[in-house]
Amino acid sequence: MTAARATWSTLTDPLVRQNPVTLQILGICSALAVTTTLATAVTMSVALTIVLTLSAGLVSAIRRHIPGTIRLIVQIVIVASLVIVIDQVLQAYFAEISRALSVYVGLITTNCLVLGRTEAFARHNPPFPAMIDAFGNGLGYSLVLVTIGGLRELFGKGELFGRTILPLADAGGWFTPLSLMLLAPSAFFLLGLLVWAVRTILPEQSEAREHTPPPSTEPAE
Amino acid sequence: MAARDWNPLRRVLALPNESRTKTVMVAFLVSALCAALVSGATVVLRPIQTANRAAEEQARIAALVDDIPGMADLLQESGGTLSTVVVNLENGRAAQDVTPANLEATLADPGNWTTLGAGQDIAGLGRRPDYAQIYLLRDGDSVSLVLLPLSGQGYGGRIDAILALREDMNTIAGVAITGHSETPGLGGRIEERAWQAAFPGTELRDDSGETRFRVAQGPASGMHEVDGITGATRTGRAVTQMVRFWLGPEGYGPLLDAIARGEF
Repeated sequence: MTAARATWSTLTDPLVRQNPVTLQILGICSALAVTTTLATAVTMSVALTIVLTLSAGLVSAIRRHIPGTIRLIVQIVIVASLVIVIDQVLQAYFAEISRALSVYVGLITTNCLVLGRTEAFARHNPPFPAMIDAFGNGLGYSLVLVTIGGLRELFGKGELFGRTILPLADAGGWFTPLSLMLLAPSAFFLLGLLVWAVRTILPEQSEAREHTPPPSTEPAE
Repeated sequence: MAARDWNPLRRVLALPNESRTKTVMVAFLVSALCAALVSGATVVLRPIQTANRAAEEQARIAALVDDIPGMADLLQESGGTLSTVVVNLENGRAAQDVTPANLEATLADPGNWTTLGAGQDIAGLGRRPDYAQIYLLRDGDSVSLVLLPLSGQGYGGRIDAILALREDMNTIAGVAITGHSETPGLGGRIEERAWQAAFPGTELRDDSGETRFRVAQGPASGMHEVDGITGATRTGRAVTQMVRFWLGPEGYGPLLDAIARGEF
């Protein structure tokens, strides 16, 4: 019973409470780059979740035999190989989306999120919990990507998955697309607003202030 | 005392993690397994990827021809298809025994490639195939459009393109970039239609026959230049060199001369 609950919380914690993107601010480079449309965001999410889960499983399976001196290299080699395989699969079966993602699939290798989970969790836990944790973190990352990707595509083009939702003014509808949403800065704005929203709802996520302002020297009135 | 374990793998795994032998062995095993995984995936998936690329190239050729004013009509009149020809780049004539079907096998033979000297190799190719597949649109006896595949070394990797020339073999009718690895947002913008739209109407050579085509650094000046892309000087130069190489004497030069003489 408690084991099942622990597994469940390992899986669901990273969705919102311990979300790798909004709480730990990991992996935002790709989160910003591939969220212009929902289709690329979903593909990237699936690719990252698969790589993260498999690499956590592999690293965890050999965790007792990774020499401490080369542990980071071993982890990166495993992650990089899986990324190349995923990239090849995408190029073969999803050629169009693979072109839209360009270099960002390859950059999963250097995504702090992946190395962060293998280094912090998979290296110390058996394969099953490690893969559950990795899958949960992948879902947490996906949730943020899909949210931002959906908002950007909806307000930037009036579409979702390439299908018109808000009829455009050009085509006789009422919606004037916000071109800013298709540019990189809008992803920063949306991510910032998202982090703000999450931390307002869950105040325990707010970080402690790094500095406390000096006490006011002006005499009180 | 337990019996000595003769399984070498188990003996290595039983070593303390920090021992040098185990470190080397683990590094070797992980690399070997990962290498096998990556090579396996590449080899298994390559035929599908090649088919995808070929289909994409066909689609780009079709889009390129559709974009050239008047070409769609001409294409309709001539039966709706471009004729595909393999040319021998040495003499600029149609190849005798090489067909589009066996071109790939022919080019697998290093004997059918020409190594380029330092002075000739302005596109950074190293070597050039002796046969190339081009596409022609004929209007009666004369050639009204020719599509020439080009390739050259860009900033991030090889750039592949198709250049369409009008019947004078001097005016560009259009261009399509079929493959590149340039920086997204900078050199990668060569794949945008907006940039490629500057090519049609640009002339390659001046009246004296000297090749003047150039991707400018900044806005184009004159009929031989197209606009450069800000922040992508190396990519622009690569496109310039690629066009100059392939339309020069080492590339399609002999072929273009033969077409201009009406001998093709």
